[in-house]
Amino acid sequence: MSPKLNRNTLAAAAGIAILGAIVILPVALRAQQQQPTHPVPAAKDGGTVVMLCDGKTSIEIKNLKPGQQATEQQGRAVANELMAKWQQQHPGEHWETAQAAALSPEANASPTAPAKSKPAAASGQQQGDTYASFTSRDYKVWQTETQKFVDEGKRVFHDSKALGGTIGVSCDMCHPDGSNTHPETYPKYQVQLQRVALLRDMIDWCIENPVKGPTLSPNDAKLRALEAYILAQRKGVPLDYGKH
Amino acid sequence: MAARHKSVETKFMEEREEVLRGLRGLDRRSFLKVVAATAGAVMAKGLIAPHSFQLVTIANAAVEKGTSTNGMAGQPPFTFAYISDTHLYERTLNQRFIRGALKAVEDVNALDPQPDFVLFGGDLAQLGTAEELELGQQILGEVKAPIKMMVGEHDWFLDMGDKWQELFGPPNYSFEWKGVHVVVLMSVHEKDFWTARKMTPQQRMGTVAGLDNGIQSRFEVGDEEREWLKNDLAKVPTTTPILVFSHSPLYKYYRNWNFWTDDAEQVQAILRPYDKVTVIHGHTHQMLFNQIANISFYGMLSTAWPWPYAPQGLPALTVQMNRADPFDQFDACGNGRMNVRADGLVDKIYNLWDRNPVTVKADYLRSRGKTYRPPAPQFATY
Repeated sequence: MSPKLNRNTLAAAAGIAILGAIVILPVALRAQQQQPTHPVPAAKDGGTVVMLCDGKTSIEIKNLKPGQQATEQQGRAVANELMAKWQQQHPGEHWETAQAAALSPEANASPTAPAKSKPAAASGQQQGDTYASFTSRDYKVWQTETQKFVDEGKRVFHDSKALGGTIGVSCDMCHPDGSNTHPETYPKYQVQLQRVALLRDMIDWCIENPVKGPTLSPNDAKLRALEAYILAQRKGVPLDYGKH
Repeated sequence: MAARHKSVETKFMEEREEVLRGLRGLDRRSFLKVVAATAGAVMAKGLIAPHSFQLVTIANAAVEKGTSTNGMAGQPPFTFAYISDTHLYERTLNQRFIRGALKAVEDVNALDPQPDFVLFGGDLAQLGTAEELELGQQILGEVKAPIKMMVGEHDWFLDMGDKWQELFGPPNYSFEWKGVHVVVLMSVHEKDFWTARKMTPQQRMGTVAGLDNGIQSRFEVGDEEREWLKNDLAKVPTTTPILVFSHSPLYKYYRNWNFWTDDAEQVQAILRPYDKVTVIHGHTHQMLFNQIANISFYGMLSTAWPWPYAPQGLPALTVQMNRADPFDQFDACGNGRMNVRADGLVDKIYNLWDRNPVTVKADYLRSRGKTYRPPAPQFATY
């Protein structure tokens, strides 16, 4: 493969990616991680060869010279043409099912797919499903991020100054471990306010009154964090809105 | 929300501010006269009932005649009151808790007849500073009856009790009162958690001041003071009624919040030979009572804020108070009074502000809940 040809191929692939070829994108990402090689056939008519990510199906764009950028229409046409060609070669098959099978270690039919390439998807999940390809590391990251949010809430909950308080009062003084905040009972009619209130309304009320600080907007990072901490303390308690 | 929905407390504060503006010209003496006159006018109009915290003389008369169900009229009955857990900040920072403390002082001064003495149950200050403790001393100085002081952890851990002892004397002591042996304990010692963490005195105090942190040690009476207690009781006959004042509960309720005394069993063992032992404790800011063998325990109310009931460990004999209305600063706070009966047992009256008082009789605890059960709350803990 000449370096020149390679560059042309990449340029065309970029054009397709920009189109948002949803089916192809996750595969392309995975391919990047695994560093597979897909030898692209040489162009016969001086155009640019584009290969489908099965590593086998390819077409040549005759009017796209090396160094030229494909237009959106061209990219769309190429994607359609590639998929049509693949379908012609694989009558009765479904692209996603076939790709999942090809990438599984059992199949191992493709010499370009290493054994480690098994997706995190459970059997029955299809390639492209949002939750199909997450790893245990992803879950750890999510948990860590969530805990950081909750911990920030805990910090503010216990810090009169962070709450904007002016008389030294913080939430934990009346609500150790977030007790007696019963977030699961909101929304409910708050008799003293004479209207239906959400948890955040009560947090704000507490900040304004016993804490003696300025109220926070519903989007305030501190209010959101407080809400996160309070809710986190009630994990497992059934929701029971309107309860008194 | 703030602009359209003013809370009860906000409205109260605004009205108060307005009244104070009008009164600014008056000196203190005239101001007090105005307040008294206003209160008198309100009473005369029947807008509020005469304070429910007055002594109930009929009940006392029955005890005086020795007709109490537990018999044995050994010594004259007497009454003492308490104020506890005021958690005062410096006056320039926070007036909310000063209002609570002053309200309690008014209450005990209004008692007629006056109690023999007023126990202060500990946690006079919030962060243990000299200014806070001196403010507390000044406020308690308005109490007409003699004061018996007890220390709490909020008074202690900034300077390890230096200022408190300078103002109020030794933290543990005992005295005889009308045939009852009264012991005041310093029961909030903690094992050193601060040196290894290189904490400043302020950090140490701040840690102890928080309930829901696992950093601080648990409360204890400690080896030295338990020895002192043994020696103190050595000369006291086992038939003598014993009254123990302790800031921490002297039993194990909920460890995570330090509603807890680590050497509780050992202290209870020292008190075991006595037939009639009553422990009055602070710290838990709620209606709380318990009976362990020969010992009846009563928790005191705070004037600053109520604590929620802990998720575990609540004594089975405790009847919860209704949960607090956060929109009412004084709700579920209060003070109280103890009637020490002729037989040396103690009936306790919880003077819950803005609510009906609740009496918990010694007979309720001694019968393990079979008689005189206080009314159940309408709204218990969530």
